[in-house]
Amino acid sequence: MIRRRGAALALLLALATVATRVEAQDTRRSGFMFMSPGTQAMQRDDMENPGMLAVLDGAELWAKPAGTSGRSCADCHGGGAEAMRGVAARYPAFDATRGEAIDLAGRILQCRAERQGDAPPPRESRTLLALTAFVAHRARGMPVAPDADPRMTPVVEAGRALWHKRLGQLDLSCAQCHDDNAGQKLASAPIPEAHPTGYPIYRLEWQTTGSLQRRIRGCLTGVRAEPFAYGADEYIALEAFLMERARGMEIETPGVRP
Amino acid sequence: MSRALINVPAKARKGEVIQIRTLVQHEMETGFRPLPNGGFAPRLILRRFECIYDGETVFAADLHPAISANPYLAFRTVATTSGEMLFRWIDDRGAVREERATIEVT
Repeated sequence: MIRRRGAALALLLALATVATRVEAQDTRRSGFMFMSPGTQAMQRDDMENPGMLAVLDGAELWAKPAGTSGRSCADCHGGGAEAMRGVAARYPAFDATRGEAIDLAGRILQCRAERQGDAPPPRESRTLLALTAFVAHRARGMPVAPDADPRMTPVVEAGRALWHKRLGQLDLSCAQCHDDNAGQKLASAPIPEAHPTGYPIYRLEWQTTGSLQRRIRGCLTGVRAEPFAYGADEYIALEAFLMERARGMEIETPGVRP
Repeated sequence: MSRALINVPAKARKGEVIQIRTLVQHEMETGFRPLPNGGFAPRLILRRFECIYDGETVFAADLHPAISANPYLAFRTVATTSGEMLFRWIDDRGAVREERATIEVT
């Protein structure tokens, strides 16, 4: 009896070791893995990736003086190949002067208004998307590394709460599709795990480059909820949570998605 | 702001079949998109694409409203002589956009 119990214990221990080993292996998959080979090829090749158009537009805007200051982004941040390297990997970050979290596009708007003295371009405008794509592209291939500021913790937690909150007439939370049913299909479309590693993305459905906020709005209207306004704190919290969830995954900007 | 990405091999052997790839930034507004006022966004698409090489139109295409925004076109031609390749896109209003690329044929 004792011997049998010992054997069972050993078996349990062995199983536990296997389980931890499986857990240690990263099973997260970027939306890239859910796409057709054709769309993957489109993203991989910079000559075919239409998201590169926004990146190149951004590179041009980066060097162009703007506003009353007469200074360009490059005048402060540098214009070389190493400028802004990896910066996008830690956004949304905590902005100490404002006392709140700010996303990458928000930071660019802040720079435009406060440092360059220009009317900031609206959210989802071509100018802002191009600049965001340019900066995010400078982090391509680098791991997502969220801002370590402890003041980001409540923002991430607010995002986590939103992620699990049922919304809209369909009464669905983000987690019910993207955690519980990721890899399954919604009608004919695969449900990805919702890792924000390729933003701003070129979405074939949109026929243009768009932000994570636009993408989330797509899901919000999908569950028949009223989308938050562009730039709302809810999006920033969700993005902060999603980036924490994707910690260590590789940034792919400009991503192409169906 | 309109941008074109052209990929032509820098060098080729005479008689070699080469692939040329082009991606041009354009909204390709179909004319069928409804606006909040009940009307439709007026059509504005690229209507024609041409590639001129060695004094000859080596490739041309007529584009239509169902073609995606930022159209990508890839085609092949035979490398005959060193020099310039001219790429031309013409839109509904007759506006012409041209890009050039050079190739060295040995």
